[in-house]
Amino acid sequence: MNILLTADFGSTFTKVSAVDIDNKKIVGVAKSFTTIETNVCEGFDNALKELYAICGKIKFSKKFASSSAAGGLKMISCGLVPDLTAKASKMAASSAGAKVLKTYSYELSEHELEEIFVLKPDIILLSGGIDGGNKDVIVENAKKLASIDSNFSVIVAGNKTVSGKIAEILEKSGKKAIVTENVMPEFNKLNILPAKEKIRDLFIENIIEAKGLSDIQKLMDREIVPTPLSVYEACEILEKEIGTLMAYDVGGATTDVYSMAAGTPTMLNVVIKGLPEPFAKRSVEGDIGVRYSISSLLEEAGADNISRNISVSVKEIINWVETCKKTPETLPKTETEKKIDEELASQAVLISANRHCGFFESYYTPVGETFMQTGKDLSDVKYIIGAGGSVINAENPKKILEKALFSPLDFSILKPKSAKMLLDKKNIFAAMGLLSREHPKTAVKIMQDEFLELGNDS
Amino acid sequence: MDKKVTLVLGVIGADVHAVGIKILDYAISNAGFNVINLGVMVSQEEFINAAVESAADAILVSSLYGHGEIDCRGLREKCDEAGLTDIKLYVGGNIVVGKSDFAEVKETFVKMGYDRVYPPGTSPETCIRDLKIDFDL
Repeated sequence: MNILLTADFGSTFTKVSAVDIDNKKIVGVAKSFTTIETNVCEGFDNALKELYAICGKIKFSKKFASSSAAGGLKMISCGLVPDLTAKASKMAASSAGAKVLKTYSYELSEHELEEIFVLKPDIILLSGGIDGGNKDVIVENAKKLASIDSNFSVIVAGNKTVSGKIAEILEKSGKKAIVTENVMPEFNKLNILPAKEKIRDLFIENIIEAKGLSDIQKLMDREIVPTPLSVYEACEILEKEIGTLMAYDVGGATTDVYSMAAGTPTMLNVVIKGLPEPFAKRSVEGDIGVRYSISSLLEEAGADNISRNISVSVKEIINWVETCKKTPETLPKTETEKKIDEELASQAVLISANRHCGFFESYYTPVGETFMQTGKDLSDVKYIIGAGGSVINAENPKKILEKALFSPLDFSILKPKSAKMLLDKKNIFAAMGLLSREHPKTAVKIMQDEFLELGNDS
Repeated sequence: MDKKVTLVLGVIGADVHAVGIKILDYAISNAGFNVINLGVMVSQEEFINAAVESAADAILVSSLYGHGEIDCRGLREKCDEAGLTDIKLYVGGNIVVGKSDFAEVKETFVKMGYDRVYPPGTSPETCIRDLKIDFDL
């Protein structure tokens, strides 16, 4: 029997699954608390014991792993103009599976330098200026980053004219600097793959060790990848089989949104504005999550608003938020708690959808009404997939995911008009991304079988 | 040309005249300039963002639909604010409505901070000649 093991090291749980490659199905899944502070191997062993308890002792043909432990891959991106190179570098970092803590534009201020020191990123992606364009700002920022007493690595992906000089400045200060192609070599031309590759290389070389995953790495048959990158790859491969899709992963700390679609205009008389966005796009909202980031989610969604939507008092909502902040592993027990948890997940989907999808503005010109589209038009997307504890364990996951659909309240946001809803009920998304690297067809087949379709009755 | 001069080109405001801008892009690029063509319906902010990112030497604003005066006002001040203090501003097309005296129109735009102002029917060669003068080519 050819049985493969996938393991995902999260910030609270280590999840393992056993996949029967020949019969294209999941044999068993199990999870245990991650003990990153003490020893990740312990969490892994416990999860394995759980798994063996379900399906007996297994000899695995291969073992793959992903990780978002110890805060995941923490990155900061820097660019010049907010809508141009700063946005491009944020997109590059997001597509590599990083948690982008902050994105800075223009010359860094003293305050921002202090912020970087406090945030302790693993990697900084430094960009700014198209090739042959502005070079003063990126050079100045390199000097400022060099002055920070912290051991992050820097990927230099800006104006090629000064890349070498920048690497020198950073290396003198003892920081690892890796030069790659500009994220925006020509005006409004996105080039994020080279930076994405360098982030991956750096993750393998440095970050795995820094996160205390070296021992786990030795047990695995492939390099450990950041969990969001694994989900990203699962989405990419699934799209090829079933068509355009979006996925929402509502987590404790972040909400990740993936869209696999061209996003070209579906309306007439459209002029496209702003940076062209990639077919495979990931955005990560660091302030939107249902446990660690629950306070900022509540602030954005509004306690009054939530109270009205579900007829629960503001006091009860605040109580739940306080509980989740203190003990993030809390699960909702009472009817009221379940209601609040579900509504917060809905709001997380709504807010992150509105940020991820493109929008249009209408203008009256001498030739009639004309629309300006910024970002991706996802009106025609065929599937929406829900993932993350609060979504998959909800009594009515469909209600949560419906927030990802077009709404007359936000008529200018180009969200899917009607899409089939799927649920990653068994929490196998990341595992299928790992599997897809060697067995793409098997991974697609399993996702098609295991993802629960949410009909009208559920 | 020894040095490469970078120009940001676009049709300002809610103006969708897409043909002239392509001809200008073609002619000016062929004359050896590095042209960043933003196309139609370009806001002042987009002109400035593109100029900052590309360290452009000049912004060439085109307007065909008669609202040029309103659309172009304040671009110089925004450039100053963005630190683009040495940038040259060119403007041309049908920049005002009707058949007004061009000398007056020109004065209005010069006061608004534009370095070169062109009347309707100007050929690209005129603009290219001026660019060469302004940038010592």
